[in-house]
Amino acid sequence: MPGLGITYGRGGATNGLQDLQNSDCIMIQGSNMAEAHPVGFRHPMIAKEKNGAKLIHVDPRFTRTSAMCDIYAPIRPGTDIAFLGGLINYVIENDKYFEEYVREYTNAATLVTEDYKDIDEMGLFVGWDEEQQMYDPTNWRYEGAPIDYASVGGSQGALSGDSGGGQGQKSNADGDRPSDETLQHERCVFQILKRHFSKYTPEMVEKVTGCPKEAFLEVANAITENSGRDRTTAFCYAVGWTQHSKGAQIIRTAAILQLLLGNIGRPGGGIMALRGHATIQGSTDIATLYNILPGYLPMPDVNKEHDTWQDYVESETASSGWWSNFPKYVTSLMKAWYGDDFDAENGELFDHFPRLSGDHSYYPTIMEMKDGGVKGAFVFGQNFAVGGPHARLARDGLRNLDWLVVLDAYEVEVATAWKSDGIDPKECGTETFFIPCALIAEKDGSFTQTQRMLQWHDKAVEPPGDARSDAWFVFHLGRRLKELYKDSAEPRDSLLKAMTWDYPTEGEYEEPDIEAITKEVSGYTVADRKPVKGFVDLKDDGSTACGGWIYCGVYADGVNQSRRRKPWREQPVQASEWGWAWPDNRRILYNRASADPEGKPWSERKKLVWWNEDEEKWTGEDKPDFVPTKAPSYRPEADSGGMDAIPGNGPFILQGDGKGWLFAPVGLKDGPLPVHYEALESPIHNPMYTQQYNPAVRKFERPDNPYNKPEDPKYPYVVTTYRLTEHHTSGAMSRWIPWLNELQPELFAEINPELARDKGVQNTDWVTISTSRGKIHCKALVTDRIAVYKDNGKSIHTIGLPYHWGPNGLVKGDIVNNLMPVSLEANVAMHEAKAFTANLEKGRV
Amino acid sequence: MATGFLTDTTVCIGCKACEVACKQWNQIPADGYELSGNSYDNTRQLSGTTWRHVAFIENPKHRRLTGDVDLVALAEDVREQLPGGAELDALGRWTFMSDVCKHCVEAPCQQACPTGAIIRNEFDNVYIQPDICNGCGYCVPACPYGVITQVPEDGRVFKCTLCYDRQRDGMEPACAKACPTNSIMFGEVEELKKVAEERITTLRAKGYSQAYVYGTPEVGGTGGIGGNHSKFILLDEPETYNLARHPFLPQAKVRGAFVTSAIAAGVLGAVVALAFRD
Repeated sequence: MPGLGITYGRGGATNGLQDLQNSDCIMIQGSNMAEAHPVGFRHPMIAKEKNGAKLIHVDPRFTRTSAMCDIYAPIRPGTDIAFLGGLINYVIENDKYFEEYVREYTNAATLVTEDYKDIDEMGLFVGWDEEQQMYDPTNWRYEGAPIDYASVGGSQGALSGDSGGGQGQKSNADGDRPSDETLQHERCVFQILKRHFSKYTPEMVEKVTGCPKEAFLEVANAITENSGRDRTTAFCYAVGWTQHSKGAQIIRTAAILQLLLGNIGRPGGGIMALRGHATIQGSTDIATLYNILPGYLPMPDVNKEHDTWQDYVESETASSGWWSNFPKYVTSLMKAWYGDDFDAENGELFDHFPRLSGDHSYYPTIMEMKDGGVKGAFVFGQNFAVGGPHARLARDGLRNLDWLVVLDAYEVEVATAWKSDGIDPKECGTETFFIPCALIAEKDGSFTQTQRMLQWHDKAVEPPGDARSDAWFVFHLGRRLKELYKDSAEPRDSLLKAMTWDYPTEGEYEEPDIEAITKEVSGYTVADRKPVKGFVDLKDDGSTACGGWIYCGVYADGVNQSRRRKPWREQPVQASEWGWAWPDNRRILYNRASADPEGKPWSERKKLVWWNEDEEKWTGEDKPDFVPTKAPSYRPEADSGGMDAIPGNGPFILQGDGKGWLFAPVGLKDGPLPVHYEALESPIHNPMYTQQYNPAVRKFERPDNPYNKPEDPKYPYVVTTYRLTEHHTSGAMSRWIPWLNELQPELFAEINPELARDKGVQNTDWVTISTSRGKIHCKALVTDRIAVYKDNGKSIHTIGLPYHWGPNGLVKGDIVNNLMPVSLEANVAMHEAKAFTANLEKGRV
Repeated sequence: MATGFLTDTTVCIGCKACEVACKQWNQIPADGYELSGNSYDNTRQLSGTTWRHVAFIENPKHRRLTGDVDLVALAEDVREQLPGGAELDALGRWTFMSDVCKHCVEAPCQQACPTGAIIRNEFDNVYIQPDICNGCGYCVPACPYGVITQVPEDGRVFKCTLCYDRQRDGMEPACAKACPTNSIMFGEVEELKKVAEERITTLRAKGYSQAYVYGTPEVGGTGGIGGNHSKFILLDEPETYNLARHPFLPQAKVRGAFVTSAIAAGVLGAVVALAFRD
């Protein structure tokens, strides 16, 4: 998540859910928290009751979340940057920013090169290459930085999902970097930021977002009144921000705003990235994305200097900041996976390690499937035949495989693509294997939830019938493959032969012992296989093994720390003894910023971590996210490297300079600062710039993936898709449960009474919704909770569509995601589900 | 010792976890899969197979204070009143209320039951003994809240047991356990009464001057019912939540109805007699 990763250094949520209880104001935007995270939502409710915290909901729809909030501000789908940019402008224009925090802990004072120019009338930054359809970010560098520094190595790129940029440049705010501590220089980051957002006035916010100026100002007032030394405001978002053609930049806008308000690293502050599944965080940590290895280490790549082990390690090690530790982490990973066969000295085995040859993320892979470039697939607990964007295209892809293995608890649509969409099964050559799977209460394991916290669950009952855990399947598949290849003399098979695959098993079916895997992920010393305490113990000489450095310590002292269940009532509010959070059980990231530059708490009420003068170390109510003995007054020398390059007033220790980045000189493909663009498909012209949509968005121009043109009269309405409390995402786990199905039995489209009147549609009448990709039938739910926005007097209507239904299960409905196009946000390859255009007609057309 | 519920509608987020927990614990079947079109409420009402029911009320009559500028309330009917003349299109507000058997102090259902199937158990809860109930259905019209209905299979009636089995094992009812925001509270009636009073004081101090407790002898417990062991904290009139403002014992109307019928019979008799006097 480069929105957070580029700004703060790590892509994870900065605070924990229960920490929201310490907030004085909670702004929920891009999230329907009460509906999608009802259990987590208890914490905002407690803050409201306990502190009188103000709850704010900014959303195109009036939802169950809005109903619980003090202020509801409606915005047109896809205008979040305009709203948040308006808040940034308000904060700067009215001197509401936390001046000392901004000066000391961010790159506000740093000067940017003369090559950088303010954004032009078109809405493009300097460096746009029309031919290549991409930016040259060298024009955004800091003053005095080498021209090629955007391509300096470092692993941060992988952490943030950007494999090209690095942040390993050696620079610190107080050393050789040109800066202006008065924040007055016209090329200092603060002045650039100020000029950039000056256009985002309250009037402009109203014009672009449709939100009444008064509501906007209410929000601005609430968050500024509740930020500062003694008060903190938290932000919560979910895929309502991510699933846009500019999602990373929406999150960036909020991240910048929270830096200006001084709310990062402090109790009751921060940005909560709410995850949609129980262990979505965990699945990126340990590591399902194609371009990262566990712990956000970059996947070796043929197009980079990764020819040999030495090349790989050298090119990915940063000279300053946390990522200078890269060799320790990656060596320990190799030792965990390949044991004695991996020689840390020469790293020869690495020669056989697979390398990336291109973009193998989800969407291009689906297209490859359809085009015949993918022969087979394993699908674990995924139902992209319903939940994936342009789901029809995904099903066409599935039908073009030679073989498909689906592991799920129910017969989800991925497993039945061969007989759906009116396809004659005889025409479909895909051999499909459906493997019944255990659900969570039927297996041991851990979840890493929204706040980077691992929580263990024990098996309560045996799975029914022949169902086994997913781990069982993978473990025994690995065993059989190793058996098959054990006599192979082919060098390419050496990795498989070397792979350590000796987990103990238990029970009749030989289920692998999940705790043994956790132990390996946590790390141990090779000689005696004793668990290490944490990642500071990891070595680059092959003497330690660790399957995922960020989880290092989860099995410290031989105890499964994620299994701890000390009730929160029996410990301080950060509840450090409940479960275990990465990194190093730190609950609030960048918490050095909870103290002032001298190391004293900003206020008694908001104290968290502080410098203890007598003991000369950081101490407090949370584990310090800082070198424990680095004094606040420490300043690096010009030639300091590694963590020594981070000053005592640099809380953002993953950044090369220890500072939060208001301006991102590298790392983002669509600009150093956020800009409001319309969605790729929008019924109106961009009111702010000539450029209609994010210029760096990646499109797939192919006949089966057409886009609705901007302002296309054939598709005048905006669709936004979402979840309901009563179902789970694609319905894979909920459409088989009678008690959930009776609560939300049918697909519906939420529309405003004005649109219903225009179309002659009554409540529960059938309607047809169509795009250039496909059409669906569903019933209308007419409600004034869906707002109507105005563009020059013309009504802009929104159609709200939950996407839980499909042809299988106890309740059936059309697949909403058939409507959606595939387009990729520039930084993280995310589709745009929250704003695209469609038509609506009465009846089943 | 009497136990009961206190359901605080002001913190209900409408997640329906109570409905699911109730059906799961008590193993009650689903009612069917049909979109009602009535907001997000598809189980529609309390019944023999729905013992907790979350009502979704869009656009209730009373406005609720939401911050200093109540945009939502302002937008309900009076667009022109928006500060600065801004226009906000037709947004309503949304209220949720998890309804349940009221466990009346003088339960009409119990009084109507000819077989003694409906009893007060040791927790002073109104409890239907399923093995005694003969399916006569007399309790159905007796309930002033429409809580009880017969199930189609054998005509017997069912309703909330206040999780009698769980209480006997020292556990709180499933719905209260599942509620993420503590909207559903379970405990001793006397304790809950105090909690309710404190909550009303807090709400009024916050500006919700219309907040009140429903299910006391004063509100929702008149007409001989004597109040309810499951009470509600409400912000709107009872009717908004489909609750009776003045519930009463059916027999309270018997005397009046008898007298009226007698008079009517007399008058009718006289008319007939007059008509045929020749």
